[in-house]
Amino acid sequence: MELLTISDISLSFGGLRALSNVNMEIQSGLITSIIGPNGAGKTSLLNCISGFYHPTSGEIYFNSRRLTHSSPHQVSNMGIARAFQNLELFKGMSVLDNLLLARHQNLRYNFFQAFIYFGKASRLEAENRKFVEDVIDFMELEPFRKRTVGSLSYGIQKRVEVARALTLAPHILLLDEPMAGMNIEEKEDMVRFVMDIQNERNITVVLVEHDLGVVMDISDYIYVLDFGELIGSGHPKEVAVNPKVIEAYIGE
Amino acid sequence: MTYFLQLVVSGIVVGSIYALSALGFVLIYKSSRVLNIAHGQIIAAGAFITYAFTVWAGIPIYISFILSMMITFFLAMSVERVFLRRLIGEPIISVIMITIGLMSILDGLIYLTPFGTENFSFPEFLPKTPISMGGVSISWTQLVGVIITVIMIIAFSWFFKKSTMGISMRAVSDDQLASMSVGISVPKVFGLAWATAGLSAAAAGSILGNITGLNFDTLHSFGIIVFPVVILGGLDSVLGAVVAGIIMALIQQFAKGYLDGNFGLYGTEQVLPYIILLVLLLFKPHGLFGIHEIERV
Repeated sequence: MELLTISDISLSFGGLRALSNVNMEIQSGLITSIIGPNGAGKTSLLNCISGFYHPTSGEIYFNSRRLTHSSPHQVSNMGIARAFQNLELFKGMSVLDNLLLARHQNLRYNFFQAFIYFGKASRLEAENRKFVEDVIDFMELEPFRKRTVGSLSYGIQKRVEVARALTLAPHILLLDEPMAGMNIEEKEDMVRFVMDIQNERNITVVLVEHDLGVVMDISDYIYVLDFGELIGSGHPKEVAVNPKVIEAYIGE
Repeated sequence: MTYFLQLVVSGIVVGSIYALSALGFVLIYKSSRVLNIAHGQIIAAGAFITYAFTVWAGIPIYISFILSMMITFFLAMSVERVFLRRLIGEPIISVIMITIGLMSILDGLIYLTPFGTENFSFPEFLPKTPISMGGVSISWTQLVGVIITVIMIIAFSWFFKKSTMGISMRAVSDDQLASMSVGISVPKVFGLAWATAGLSAAAAGSILGNITGLNFDTLHSFGIIVFPVVILGGLDSVLGAVVAGIIMALIQQFAKGYLDGNFGLYGTEQVLPYIILLVLLLFKPHGLFGIHEIERV
């Protein structure tokens, strides 16, 4: 079943065409990767999905709801979470607070219920806290729970960012180069997390990544972009032998 | 000693009002990095609206006070919506130019009303005899003003620390992209920052108007002294605004009380805050409570 349909979208900045007539279908429950050389339009495409950019033409549907012109917070509330390429965390806060903040938008009790803090409010707070602790366990962030995010290493911060996206309980998780700048050990950890996110939490993953080894190993389906155009798609084995893809990566 | 205490008391009265009006300024800066040059005009407008409701429409003063805050709340929110929303992401200098333009427009509008040139004063609604304790006296107007101011500052601090909207505002001031990605509407937060700034400005203006009388120049220059206050406090710190407001007012009172008339000096209260500000900034360039960002590269 397709969860996210990208239908014929184009994006231009003045005379620069970042994306032209891209079509994609993201299947529910799979890991779909988007690869391509630098400047191919991968991050632009993620930005269109998550509402930071609005495509010049074309439509994006999520569960047959149109989200082409939604703003970022609306997309996030619909259940599409995102981890950024460059870390976007609340650096002065603890890991726990970063995650709790992401849950905050889902709290649905009013001022008086909060004031009395009995019944609905306390139950919701407890559920939230449990959910967040669950994500912390899942991403193996227990040792850093109370640490200030800014003081953690880059690899851990990346993990916090993925954890924060998971805290939103999304249907789709957009990961923008989650393994960039990591050492081999951290990369292996991240690969394991991405696979667990798919298998244990049943979240559809859209992955943008440069490490082709990783992409070929874990993806169920791959789309290849070059200069804003879709030049190939298919299962990892098909993509690996696609002459256009080889040309884009290695040159003639 | 009583003279000193009297100066301290009036310093705290004025200082708490400085703090309240600086709060609004800090709010806007903290969430959207916009310096609102027109803050003094909003303060004045708030005071005039309260007066118009109380005297011209004959509504009880406490209700007019609340009505005035509601009006500036929506006024500031629409200013943000109409003029500043479309400037998100534009160079900061354009945004500041817009607020300068806004200042001129508000000035012009106020000069169209009688408030621009004439002086008014609020009718006395509290007992006239001041309260005296050991030679130090404080008028009822000042006392009630300080109490309302302190309550409002506490309410605002609570709002930032605890409420979902307050937490969203702090999140936006920290990282806009991250806030959007966790489902916070950044434009809504900007609108709310302006709205609360308008509300607190009206409160500060009305309280000040009750104490000093309604004179556009006085109220407007009050908006200018907010600049040294917030710079001293560190521009993006709510606590800083409160502490710096009181420090600045105390400096002014002591200058007026001890320096004026001696050593052939006059009008020192106008100058001294800036001299101390300059010296302090040499040593603490981010103000007393400002965030000095240390980035790991």
